[in-house]
Amino acid sequence: MLTLPPDVYHDIVAQALDEAPLECCGLLAGDPDTGQVLRYFRCTNAAASARVYTVEARDQLRATRRAEDDGLEIIGVLHSHTHTPPYPSHTDITQAPDPTWHYAIVSIADAEPSLRSFRIADGVVAEETVVVGPVDSAG
Amino acid sequence: MPVSVRLPTVLRPHAAGQSVVEASPGTVGAIVAELVGRFPGMKGNLLTDTGELQRFVNIYVNDEDIRYLDKSDTAVADGAELTILPAVAGGLA
Repeated sequence: MLTLPPDVYHDIVAQALDEAPLECCGLLAGDPDTGQVLRYFRCTNAAASARVYTVEARDQLRATRRAEDDGLEIIGVLHSHTHTPPYPSHTDITQAPDPTWHYAIVSIADAEPSLRSFRIADGVVAEETVVVGPVDSAG
Repeated sequence: MPVSVRLPTVLRPHAAGQSVVEASPGTVGAIVAELVGRFPGMKGNLLTDTGELQRFVNIYVNDEDIRYLDKSDTAVADGAELTILPAVAGGLA
């Protein structure tokens, strides 16, 4: 399960709309044990493409360092699909580097944005539940 | 003084769970070779079949991407920090 605070969700949708028609990307920081996202780091799409994305390497390092400074880990990546539903492409699946990560995709193909998230291990895709809601203070 | 090598989560199981390991100063290529020698399970993550650095790995020396330095020939001095992260990419192509 992936849990996103509302401000993170709104930032993701705003970034996807801002950067359309190009795909946008960013990194999700939070708790790897619970899938609770606490911060979102917008990153530059180094591919500057409507079809593919590459998280800019220096943005990735900066996000990783800032997450660690806050006691968090990068637990996944978000990218946008501007014209297709939020499901991983063949490229997304073959390039997924980390089976513990959450691969979230926001689609702005329809009037209402939709966000789905997947785990990808050994080329096998499993969709997971996405919850947008306040951070559970007990967690 | 050794070089500190920061490993991404995906490589830590190959290094007995360590997030930071030490290596001898030298070029990035030599340090990667040393890591692969000590932790053979990392080889496929770091090197191609022909011994080149994998394209889908980002390596930084003191926070600078080695693509903007001398790539695998980049010198890593005593006490420097080398960080390895998986490159993150995808899309329809």
